[in-house]
Amino acid sequence: MSKTLFDKVWDSHVVSTIENGPQILYIDKHLIHEVTSPQAFNELEDRGIPVFRSNQIVATADHNTPTLNQDQPIKDELSRKQLEQLSENCKKNNITLYELGHKYNGIVHVMAPELGVTQPGLTMVCGDSHTSTHGAFGAIAFGIGTSQVAQVFASQCLLLTKPKSLRVTVNGKLKNGVLPKDVILYIISKLGTNSGTGYFCEYAGNVFEDMSMEGRMTVCNMSIEMGARGGMIAPDETTFEYVKGREFAPKGEAFDKKVAYWKTLPTDSDAKFDKEYSFDAEDIAPMITYGTNPGMGIKISETIPVDENPSFKKSLAYMNFEAGESLINKPINFVFIGSCTNSRIEDFRVAANYIKGKKKAANVTAWLVPGSKQVETQIIEEGLKSIFDDAGFELRQPGCSACLAMNDDKIPQGEYCVSTSNRNFEGRQGQGSRTILASPLVAAATAVEGKIIDISRQLN
Amino acid sequence: MEKFTTLQSRAIPLHIENVDTDQIIPARFLKATDREGFGNNVFRDWRYHKDGTINTDFVLNDSKYSGSILVAGDNFGCGSSREHAAWAITDFGFKVVVSSFFADIFKGNALNNGLLPVQVSPAFLSDLMQRVVSNPETELVVDLEKQTISVKDSELSENFEIDAYKKTCMINGYDDIDYLINNKEQIEAFEAQKIY
Repeated sequence: MSKTLFDKVWDSHVVSTIENGPQILYIDKHLIHEVTSPQAFNELEDRGIPVFRSNQIVATADHNTPTLNQDQPIKDELSRKQLEQLSENCKKNNITLYELGHKYNGIVHVMAPELGVTQPGLTMVCGDSHTSTHGAFGAIAFGIGTSQVAQVFASQCLLLTKPKSLRVTVNGKLKNGVLPKDVILYIISKLGTNSGTGYFCEYAGNVFEDMSMEGRMTVCNMSIEMGARGGMIAPDETTFEYVKGREFAPKGEAFDKKVAYWKTLPTDSDAKFDKEYSFDAEDIAPMITYGTNPGMGIKISETIPVDENPSFKKSLAYMNFEAGESLINKPINFVFIGSCTNSRIEDFRVAANYIKGKKKAANVTAWLVPGSKQVETQIIEEGLKSIFDDAGFELRQPGCSACLAMNDDKIPQGEYCVSTSNRNFEGRQGQGSRTILASPLVAAATAVEGKIIDISRQLN
Repeated sequence: MEKFTTLQSRAIPLHIENVDTDQIIPARFLKATDREGFGNNVFRDWRYHKDGTINTDFVLNDSKYSGSILVAGDNFGCGSSREHAAWAITDFGFKVVVSSFFADIFKGNALNNGLLPVQVSPAFLSDLMQRVVSNPETELVVDLEKQTISVKDSELSENFEIDAYKKTCMINGYDDIDYLINNKEQIEAFEAQKIY
């Protein structure tokens, strides 16, 4: 029978099926961090249950970590305690931890692919909804709650009902200045924030085939923002080339054997999906959001739509925007380039390329937060740091940072932040903060101009 | 996990769509390492102004409304996977959330914590919301066994769906860990003959 990429990976991981109920799905890799794991460790300890497969778990500290002075003790007592507890739990249970300051430390969805932990055909979970990122490699990867973190600790399995399948196809040639972030913001603006709920999404078409792994990760990362538990892209030569030679990637003959298997994974040509959408690449433009969910996005040159829905109006009131107005020329005082969506080397290359020879506007505070120590090192080695320094941008140390503002990187009350992160929810970047989601290019341009500009017009 | 069979209660109407988990429990409260006390901060930034004063316009601060059922707008619980959202809602005293649509991860987290997500049709939700808003004394009855939600002393009633396995878990207070651990041999056998 014809199968989709998702079917092939899922079906090969089913341990058993409960009659009229869920399936036991085997999990290959379990990524953990300081925020959603402590209660799971406690639960196991309270119930006297040991960790079943500690060698399949990788831990990092990212959500709560400072992005300045990482070599010094963390000032915030609760944050410090949470990180200490992660270290203790990992030590006690023989789990590999890349703690703060380690050369492999970073945002879980940046460092795991970098290390070759993420590979095609695997099942991966993490107590974080952006685990969908790893689907860029043709893995089934999704976010789980803390009770499920405990279940995977205890059994390396989860009880799940197989989601339905959805395919989003984008073919054609992307316009100048349109980045992977714009592609996914465009898709979510068309489909809404819950169109993917209950589904696993495959992205297909030449637009995704032509993307780098970094770009594919940006796209899959935001699958959850349209409600899909995960997103996937078929593994191909770009994928194999990326994985090859990384720390935990198979080597030599073992790698070749894996590649031969990975080549069998793409969706069969006559496989059927439960739902399909298709878009034309030429219709996509640099995007920007104006509201308080990622589906509230427009092309940067468009005006905010008019809608009488009370939730829509509440959202615009929070943002202090008017229906029908344009965002061009809106003064912006904060710019954040970072998060598991856009903090990989390619994102900083795009920003540096635009910024080179220009200066940040005086009104703007611009934070650049690399996704990992490795990205940070690369930024320095490639000479990007000096471009950022010269332009007045601040390069910080890796972590989730102002994406969710658990640490000190908060956007003040009432301020707008053009951000490369994934969520523009009320107060997401600090109490009362107003987030405008965009690509690293739009973010860089905003920082230079001190206001939102029509980047497509400038590029042309 | 606490058992759930039936519940009769008043309800609190949260007439907002796309309530995300950042609103249910803001990230700055996720630094705790245990599960207790999150109820104090549920919907924190809607319940309180930034200066710490109470926002009397928010429904949870309106003494007219009470009860252990939250009736919420479409697409409840979207966003982050934080189970803290389910802990905060249950810790505040809710046992049921009613909406016309739930985000996947939130729904799973709720079920794993004895919080019943009741998904109803948009028309039913709209009717229910109106009744609860206009008459705070409206009593709702949720029967998990029969999979029904009704307004007491009225004709308004609807069936809701729930996975048969999860229903058994809720009624008996079982959780998935028990089930998985009892199947360890099968899991080990699977590991020994993985095909990928």
